This record gives sequence, structure tokens and C-alpha cells, in this order.
Amino acid sequence: MELHSKTPSGPIEQRWDRARFEMKLVNPANKRKYNIIVVGSGLAGGSAAATLGELGYNVQCFCFQDSPRRAHSIAAQGGINAAKNYQNDGDSIYRLFYDTVKGGDFRSRESNVYRLAQISVNIIDQCVAQGVPFAREYGGTLANRSFGGAQVSRTFYARGQTGQQLLLGAYQALERQVTAGTVKMFPRCEMLSLVVVEGKARGIITRDLITGKIESYAADAIVLGTGGYGNVYYLSTNARGSNCTAIWRAYKHGAAFANPCFTQIHPTCIPVSGDYQSKLTLMSESLRNDGRIWVPLKTRDQRPTDQIPESERDYYLERRYPSFGNLVPRDVASRNAKAVCDEGRGVGETGLGVYLDFTDAMKRLGVEGIRERYGNLFDMYERITGEDPYKVPMRIYPAIHYTMGGLWVDYQLMSTIPGLFAIGEANFSDHGANRLGASALMQGLADGYFILPYTVGSYLASNKLEKVQPDYAEFKREEAEVAAMITRLLSIKGKRTVTSFHRELGKLLWDYCGMSRNMQGLESAAGKIRELREEYWRNVDVLGGAEEFNQALEHAGRVADFFELAELMCRDAIHREESCGGHFREEYQTPDGEALRDDEHYSYVAAWEFQGLGQAPALYKEPLEFEYVHPSQRSYK
Amino acid sequence: MRLTLHIWRQKSANDLGRMVQYEARNVNPDMSFLEMLDVLNEELTLRGDDPVAFDSDCREGICGMCGFMINGVAHGPRRGTTVCQLHMRRFRDGDVLYLEPWRARAFPIIKDLAVDRSAFDRIIAAGGFVSVPAGSAPDGNVILVPKQKADLAMDAAACIGCGACVAACPNASASLFTGAKITHLGVLPQGQPERCERALRMVAQHAAEKFGSCTNIGECEAVCPKQISLEAIARMNRDFLKASWINRGASRSSGGE
Repeated sequence: MELHSKTPSGPIEQRWDRARFEMKLVNPANKRKYNIIVVGSGLAGGSAAATLGELGYNVQCFCFQDSPRRAHSIAAQGGINAAKNYQNDGDSIYRLFYDTVKGGDFRSRESNVYRLAQISVNIIDQCVAQGVPFAREYGGTLANRSFGGAQVSRTFYARGQTGQQLLLGAYQALERQVTAGTVKMFPRCEMLSLVVVEGKARGIITRDLITGKIESYAADAIVLGTGGYGNVYYLSTNARGSNCTAIWRAYKHGAAFANPCFTQIHPTCIPVSGDYQSKLTLMSESLRNDGRIWVPLKTRDQRPTDQIPESERDYYLERRYPSFGNLVPRDVASRNAKAVCDEGRGVGETGLGVYLDFTDAMKRLGVEGIRERYGNLFDMYERITGEDPYKVPMRIYPAIHYTMGGLWVDYQLMSTIPGLFAIGEANFSDHGANRLGASALMQGLADGYFILPYTVGSYLASNKLEKVQPDYAEFKREEAEVAAMITRLLSIKGKRTVTSFHRELGKLLWDYCGMSRNMQGLESAAGKIRELREEYWRNVDVLGGAEEFNQALEHAGRVADFFELAELMCRDAIHREESCGGHFREEYQTPDGEALRDDEHYSYVAAWEFQGLGQAPALYKEPLEFEYVHPSQRSYK
Repeated sequence: MRLTLHIWRQKSANDLGRMVQYEARNVNPDMSFLEMLDVLNEELTLRGDDPVAFDSDCREGICGMCGFMINGVAHGPRRGTTVCQLHMRRFRDGDVLYLEPWRARAFPIIKDLAVDRSAFDRIIAAGGFVSVPAGSAPDGNVILVPKQKADLAMDAAACIGCGACVAACPNASASLFTGAKITHLGVLPQGQPERCERALRMVAQHAAEKFGSCTNIGECEAVCPKQISLEAIARMNRDFLKASWINRGASRSSGGE
């Protein structure tokens, strides 16, 4: 396998224009003759399916939820970045590009990031035209806020429900195409395998989650917009159903998996309260604009907050990073929270939490001012914890939130399997080793509305694709494999539930391949994960049958994939002997505890190729070149 | 805490269902309602009993996938809250709770507490959108939207499509759901060109899905986890009436031949 990023040359400002001009076009009359499968209906998948339908392709879109509107993009709270410079505060496409490359700790592809920054402005226009109710100023113009470490106000938002509103915009565009007859939706339908015919991705195998029926669908191109794999940690801010199965099974059919160890920990989540916990809830990062983060100066200080005087509080982010303060990027904020808790200064019953305090902001803006900005987040916090954040400071702790790793894609968003595209969080993406706040929505929609629809067309126009049918031997073989795996899971009849295995796997990864990692821990984790996987296949108990609505069976298949992915994550984390972004190796840090990159040896994308179960995967490297933004140590002091 | 649960069990759409009694022991007040059911399901699985099927996904009250009746109230006793965000501290030791799926002709039961809400997608597909293909939009600030209108649109757009309004309505009407989308798009300048057509088509689809009519009872508003106001239904009725008057015949003639 060779990795060709197919990045255009020339001045960076002109690369996307040039690439578009060089693309082959599909004759408008021929578009409806092409079948395109889109798996996933979130911001990336939903917008891609809608746009491909608008262009006239024949689209089939699959999602495991009961409606495309449920995709987890819906839970994004804070906002979406765009280099509009409406606030006249010095923003530009170049600055958004620069911030994203730097924020990604110099592990992303410059050309892709520049394109993303360029397209960001079109996304806002598109969403406004769809009727997305963005926040407005009294004069009727769009409102902005600064977000997640940016020093300009470039984030557009719809209260604390930006993801919901953007997703509903894409969903409505998608449903419009359903009526137009260009898109057929398959809800409650999960992709379980990829079909490769003569080296090209030509179809998928699915399971109808209501009837359990295994079915084959053939197409000329396959698009995966299936999101990230944060649920490998069991507890994450992802939805319960979020999973890696589509991308993992594509990987097992030859698609390279890039940078699996690049996972993002979000600094502001509600702390874990007990063993029964099923997920972690994010409190939008926008809260850090006005909230101040602190812990007591003394260890194990159990006093209520109103009895801890200012002089005995440590506003550790403001102290360590005077210029960015509470707005340092996510990885920095998370690691610092872990550090103060490791020192024994964490708060709450478990000691795994820090305060996020709005007392000063309420003095400045009034309670109403705070309610206007964060009302729904405060309500959510109160619902979950039973504490009123208007009266006592919130407690927060980092949690797994986003995965920068994913299927390797070239500049055209195509994986190493011709005809298989990956978009949104499912690809290894434009965020390098760390994603900036409000950039996930931007990337998902950039890929879906404005990049993929062109690049898929170019692929179709430049390849001769013979028609394939779902009754071909390649499809039958994959169907049989999928059915065999299901039968095997149901026939183990062991003594442990799927959830108990998943929880144990998640704990292992969180402890050894989470916020900070070291060689010894990673190696022992890899071994333990292997043992646990073996036990899973001996001792899991999945009740019910294959041909019925069986939620335990759905979960069992996903967890089986998580086990294999977890091993690859550890392998990737072991091999990358440097610290960068979300990947913090304790052995590689500066004297004052910041991440220490090794550009000489690790300025590349690590793309892993499957070699068979039980075999070590092959590592391929895509070197990263920085012509415009020169690598420097990130400093937020 | 200990609770007695009576849960509706039904194997599939075509089977007869029945209430089955379970004891939930060791309920922690900090659990969410769904986490309490997760724990029950773990116990059932270890005993070899079929776990209770229920839908959920984001578990933070925004995806709209979860929802069932708790003692006859959609999403349970706390206002403005989905079941995933309802915590056990709202209940008392020894409480007896009856859990039932959304019941409506337009929401066939899939299994236990899970129902099919695809009728909602079809109502949106009938007209709940602005026809603006990707790439055709003017600059975002070209059309100014007064803040009050943007806020009003946002209030309605907050609907999560969970179906509680239908479940609570004695007529099983989806008027609040349909009205929320008509309101969201109808108050924004971007939604004006298709405003009449939208109301006609969505209301027609609502009827075709066999949802009942609205008789202004207001149960929907009371249980809506996003506290969408009944005013949305008034706006829907107004748009529908106006559209029926000024658009007589237009919707048919715009359709083709």
C-alpha cells in the first residue's frame, strides 16, 4: 500500500480552486444513473446525502437510529467557527487556518486545513439560508462569541444547541430530497460489512435492527460519515449508540486507519457519580469564557466553597497561563485538571473534579446576563447533579469527547480503498492531534456540503464502474461472514453481560491510554485488552435471537470491534514516542510539564493497515510538511 | 431505594403485550431513570430473562430518542425533562411505577417501550424545510433577522421530535410537533417563500399519518421536554387557514401538469 495524499501544489490559497478545476465532472443527465451509499446521517453524512441528492445522484442513506435527526451531532452545544470577521476583530481565513494547524499541534495536513477555513464562510451562509436560527444582535446581524481558546470572536451559535440546529438544517434538506425521490432513507439499519469488488468499494452489508434481516446493497461509491470512536472508553460524551463498527470493518477490508491514539479529552464534563454511570455529559466549553476554574490550595480541603477565602484558592489556569487563562486549548485544560486532582486537590466526593465558578461573572453581568448566555446548560447541570450552579460553583472533570483519529483519507476524502470515502469525525481529519472548540461542526459540514459532493463526482467520472449486483459472490460471502459472527455471539452463552466487558475495557483504556500515557502502562494495557477480548469470546452472554429487535446483540457486535480497535490505539500510542496534542506521553514533556513534540521523527500521519487478526498491522507514514505555519512549541502562557 | 416497576412487555408489533412486575433494588438517587433500567436489564440478563427494550441515544436530553410513560405521564413527573435526564432523586423509596410505551395509532410498537416514530420524518419531508440547495445561499448577513424573531424561531426549533406530545394527547395529535416546525420556519424571512405550501402539505401529511386533531387540551405543552408553547399550534392553524384561502388550487397546479 502507498499513501498518496493527492494534495495539489501551488500557493495554498489557490489549491482548492485548482483541485476543483482539475476534477472531472459527471454529465448532469448521467448523475441519476449512479448509486451512492451514505452511512451515517449526522452533520457530515446528512449534509452529504442531501447535497448528493440535490445534484441528482441516486442516494441511499443508512443510520442505526430511528431517524436521521438523532445522529449525535445533535448534542454539540457551543458553536461553529467561520472566518467571517463580522466582528471586525482581525479574523481572516488565514488566521483560522493558522489557529487550526497550531491548535492541532502540527499533525494535520496544511492544504486540508486551509480549505476548511476557506469553506467555513460558505457553511454559515448555507445554514442561515436553510433557516437555522442563529443568535442575532438587536440590529438583526449574526452574533458571535469567542470560544475554546480563540482570541477572535468567530463562533456562531444557536443558544447552547448549535449542533441540534445545524443538524436539523441538514436533516430537513435530507428529508426534502427524500420527497424529491433522490434519497432513500434506511433508519434502524446498521452497516456490518463492506463489500470490495475488484479492488473497489462497491457495497455494504447491513442488519435491519427491527427484523434482524441481513441485506446487501450495491453502489458505485460508499461514503462513511459514521462519527468517532470515543465510546471505546465506555464512558464518554458520545451517545450510547455511537460506535466504530462501520470504520472498523472498513479497516478490516483494507482501509488504512490513521492516528488512532489521537483522542480528545474535553475539560468541562460533569464528574462521574457512580458505577451505574452510562455516559458523561459535557458542559459546553463556552462556559470557560465566563467561568473561572479553581481548586483549593490545600490538599483534601473539604470546606464548602463559600468558606474558602480567595487567598486559599488556586486559579491554576490563570496562574500558569496568564495570557490565555481559562481559555487554553482542551488538551492543556484537561491535563492541568488531572494534575491538580493527582496532587489531591480535586473536589467533590470522588476527588475527581475541579470548580467552575461563575460568581465573578454574575457580579459583572448579573444573574440574568448569565441565564441568557448559559441558561440551558445551567438547567442541565442542575438536573443531573441536583445542585444549583447559580448558588454553588459547578464541578467539572475531563472526559473523552472526540477522536481525531479515523480512516486515512486523501485530499479528495477517499480512503485507501478506491470508492470508499470517509467524512466528518470518521476520517482522521483536519484537526491533527487536537481539535479546537467549534471546529467539529465546521468540518462535518464542510466535508458534506462542499467537498465530498465534488470529489465523489470526480471519482465516478474518472473510473469505469461496471454494474455490480447484490447477488454477486462477493456480497454473499460477506453476508455469510456477518451472519456467522452474529451466530457466534449468540451461541457463547457465557456468564458476563456485554456491558460488564465494555465497562472493563473502557476503564483499562482510560487508565492507560487516556489523558496521559507511558510505555509501561500502554504495554500492560495492550496485554490485558487481548486477554479480556479472549474472555469476551468465551464468556459473554447475549440473550435473544438474531432475527428480532435485539439491543444486546447490537451492543455485542460493537463491543467486539471496540476490543480490536483498543489494541490498535495502544499500539499507535506506544509507537509515537513524543507528546503532541491529545497524545501525552509522560516520558516526553518539557521541564514545566508541557507536551514535547519530536518533529524530527514524528511529523507524520501514522496509517495502519490490517494484516489479519492476531497479526501485527503494517505501519505506513504520510510525511507532513509545513510550508506556511512553522512548527513551534505551542505556548499559551 | 427500592422501587416496584410494572413494565409493558410486548415481543413485537404483532404480539399481545402485558404488564410485568419487577423489583428494582439498590436504586441510587443520583442515577438517571434510564440508568436505573440499565441496572435492571443487567440483572435480567444474568437471570436469563429478556432485558426490557427501550430507545435512548444521547442521554443528555437533546436527541429525542428516549421516552415512555411513567405513571401515565410522558417522560415522567418532572417538567421540561426527558426520561434520560430524569433522576431517581425525584422518586421515593417504595414507589410503584407503571412504565408504558407511547400509545398512538401512528406510533406502532416495535418492542416493549420502543415505538416507530417514522411518521414524524414523513411530516418533515412533506414540507418542513427551506428549499435552498447547497451553494446557492447569499452572505449570512444579507437578510437581517430581528433578534425577537430569531428567538421566537429558536424557541420552536428546540423541538426534539420525541413524540411526548402525541403520547400525552387524548386525540394522539401531533399538532405541537407539526406546529413547532411551521412556527420555526414561518417566523423567519428565509421561510416565507414556501410558507403557505409548507402549512398545507405538513398538515395534510399529519392527517394522512392518522394523527388525531387538536382540540386545545394542552396536555402536549405540559409534557413537552422542551416546553414548546401551544402558541405553535395557533400559528400552524393561522398559516393553514390563510394558505387554504389564498392558495386554493395553487398547491395542485404547482405540482406539475
